[in-house]
Amino acid sequence: MSLPVEDLDSDRSNGAGPAHSAPPARALPGSGEVNRHVLVAIVLNRPGVLNRVASLMRARNFNIESLSVSHTDQADVSRMTITLRGDDVAVEQVSKQLYRLIDVLKVQDFAGEPTVEHELALIKVRATDANRAEIVKVAELYRARLVDITEGSVIVEAAGSEPEVDAIVALLRSYGIKELVRTGTVVMARGSASIEEALKR
Amino acid sequence: MTITKGEPAGPAATAAAGAAARPAAPTTAAPPRRPAQHGERHGHVPHDGTAGAAAIEQARNAMLRDAKPLKRSRIGADVVCEALLRQGVDVFFGYPGGVVLPLYDVLGDYPELRHVLVRHEQGGAHAADGYARVTGRVGVCLGTSGPGATNLVTGIGTALLDSIPMVAITGNVPGALIGKDAFQEIDINGITLPMTKHNYLVRDADDLPRVFAEAFHIARTGRPGPVHIDITKDALQQETSAQHPTEAEVIAGLPGFRPNFDGHPRQLKVAAAEIARATRPVILAGHGVLHAEAWADLLAFAEKTSIPVAWTLLGIGAISEDHPLAYGFMGMHGWKHVNRAIQSADLLIAIGMRFDDRVTGNVRTYAPYARIIHVDIDPAEIGKNVAVEVPIVGDAGRVLRALTPMVEETPPAARAEYLAELADWRAESEASSWHGSGAWREGVLTADFVCERIGDLTDHRATYVADVGQNQMWLARYAGFRLPNSHVSSGGLGTMGFGLPAAMGAALGRPERETWAIIGDGGFQMTSQELMTLVQDRIPVKIALFDNKKLGMIRQWQEIIYGGNYHSAHLLGPDFAKLADAFGIPAFRARTPDEVDPAIEAAQAVDGPALVWFEIAETQNIFPMMPAGKGLSDLIEKWDGPEE
Ligand SMILES: Cc1ncc(C[n+]2csc(CCOP(=O)(O)OP(=O)(O)O)c2C)c(N)n1
Ligand SMILES: [Mg+2]
Repeated sequence: MSLPVEDLDSDRSNGAGPAHSAPPARALPGSGEVNRHVLVAIVLNRPGVLNRVASLMRARNFNIESLSVSHTDQADVSRMTITLRGDDVAVEQVSKQLYRLIDVLKVQDFAGEPTVEHELALIKVRATDANRAEIVKVAELYRARLVDITEGSVIVEAAGSEPEVDAIVALLRSYGIKELVRTGTVVMARGSASIEEALKR
Repeated sequence: MTITKGEPAGPAATAAAGAAARPAAPTTAAPPRRPAQHGERHGHVPHDGTAGAAAIEQARNAMLRDAKPLKRSRIGADVVCEALLRQGVDVFFGYPGGVVLPLYDVLGDYPELRHVLVRHEQGGAHAADGYARVTGRVGVCLGTSGPGATNLVTGIGTALLDSIPMVAITGNVPGALIGKDAFQEIDINGITLPMTKHNYLVRDADDLPRVFAEAFHIARTGRPGPVHIDITKDALQQETSAQHPTEAEVIAGLPGFRPNFDGHPRQLKVAAAEIARATRPVILAGHGVLHAEAWADLLAFAEKTSIPVAWTLLGIGAISEDHPLAYGFMGMHGWKHVNRAIQSADLLIAIGMRFDDRVTGNVRTYAPYARIIHVDIDPAEIGKNVAVEVPIVGDAGRVLRALTPMVEETPPAARAEYLAELADWRAESEASSWHGSGAWREGVLTADFVCERIGDLTDHRATYVADVGQNQMWLARYAGFRLPNSHVSSGGLGTMGFGLPAAMGAALGRPERETWAIIGDGGFQMTSQELMTLVQDRIPVKIALFDNKKLGMIRQWQEIIYGGNYHSAHLLGPDFAKLADAFGIPAFRARTPDEVDPAIEAAQAVDGPALVWFEIAETQNIFPMMPAGKGLSDLIEKWDGPEE
């Protein structure tokens, strides 16, 4: 780490540093460059584990964008996928703090890794006889499908990466969205590597 | 000096006597107890490896082995007692209530387990904390559901922020009533979740053996911390034959808890290279050195490299203050010379400390020329508050033992110029502080003088327990600490009211040493009900009450930062001598410097608890002081502002 040299306005009459007049400011931890991160936490499926993770995020002032929890192939092990924004050190802090939880087995940041990243959305859209066919086309364009059709509305089921789902939601908005639900991102590394395998007991 | 009660009952020379001797096994229901000898242990296992300790350990094991069969069936409450005994708990602090009565119902069957009835659950938690701090063992406290549990919360939080190994036990309403807003039901598990290292709710007695074994393992392993166990009343009453797990089984059952103890060899190499290059290195010793019992390793490292050692509030005692390399207490109320050394250092070797804001002030201006080696057992502490060049995750002792052989021997002569400069700074700063002005010579009773006298008259060998406020900082700066774990202070949470109950636990944990509690008039009025516990349980704590008739630290901030607006800084206190008298505690009073020594000595001579009421200067401030948000180079050293 190189310390950036910059003037500070504080009075440092007590400072007895080497013969410089303006001491360098200490760099704060982290680059300050905020990016999106996808963390996967493999946790023991014990009572309160979701509460512990959520409580930690709140108390440490980390902002979760989405959180999805599910079982894994092992009955007593769950998988949480957390997307959040922060700089490298902030996200590293999140994983280190997560590791402090007794029930957390493994944490990995998938940002920048080759992954499959998906979420599922159900979008209830206003539909009339006049535009229903058009909505079907839009859905097809995004490899989404209609899972419910009634007189006044349809439900579109869309799956894909976050930007892909964002895009179809934006398109459907012009027809009028009555209701929207998204599962939040889940992620899996491409290739044969497995975050779970090493933890199989 | 006015002696209000109790002629000194013989010299305190018996202090060490009986330390290793095994007391007669306390009989269950035979109060009043035989009058205790000063310093006598009650069913305590000396942890110092003496023959007595071995004998007691053996007796305990024998007792566990052929425990006489209970005339009734074994229930959850028995499992709790067995578990405590298995963990080597000899004393715990509790308060009964409806849902924990099943436990109190069986306690009599476990005479080796001493229960101290406190006067408030907060006191119980702090006592367990004080016990843990001086023994290095897990402290245990107990409360009932609802208000009993919430009263423990401040004590659990205090233990969390200072990484104290503690197991806090609460009862809860019967399982079937949970969630029904039953009488004295509160979601205590939800409350302690973010302020414990881990917590449990037990609804089935069969889970109790595993949960207790895990809780103790977690509390003391890696970075220590409090663990809370909430047990439903019906689980305490339920019959069970569940067996206690072995330590190996416990570890296997906690796959997510694998602290790292050994520093990474590559990082150690980098650290050694940094140390070889540094010309102005400073060691920052923190609480982790004490947790790891690494004081000898620290000394070996410092002596081999001739690097001066500064310490945090909780790192006091990591090195004896009379050692030539012991440089002083750092931070907000630290010595100017120490902060100055940090600000001019080119390398900080931080060991078991966490760059708390009371240590660094404004991080941007902290140690601007220094590269940092940071050793801590908790990876989350590294890079949290300051960016560091060399992160080393590991136990302070193991890291130091690995690092010392890797660094070159550097005699003091090789650092002569640097060390001489530091010595000059030190002489200057010690002479220029308010303390150095020697107001006590003119008859003013100042707090720093009292601290020095307490340190000297106890030969620096007592346990010194601080409360919070100016008294805490005076103690940290002026008592002169020579022994590890001789200083007990609520650093992280800064809990007023901590001192008296923590001293209670400390005195029981280490009865062979005198225990002094240094408490302000404000903090004393928060938990003074524990005076009665001292009497009932014959706990010989000596209380130094620093009565400045103020919330002194509040008044100091108001004077310096809030333009002298002293709203709510003045507080009335009772006649503390009469108060102590009402509890049956001898009290002594000192209003001038001349009265200090006789009052301390009189208190020492009392066989049991005693109180010394020091009526100290009302407006003495503790300087230097770093205003919050400012940097270590912005110390206020004197204040000539408006007088009251
Ligand atoms: C429980 C609690 N409440 C409030 C505070 C804030 N506080 C810090 S120091 C202080 C004054 C302490 O006064 P006293 O106990 O008389 O000690 P002194 O500073 O006078 O030595 C206060 C109110 C605290 N630390 N803890
Ligand atoms: Mg006061």
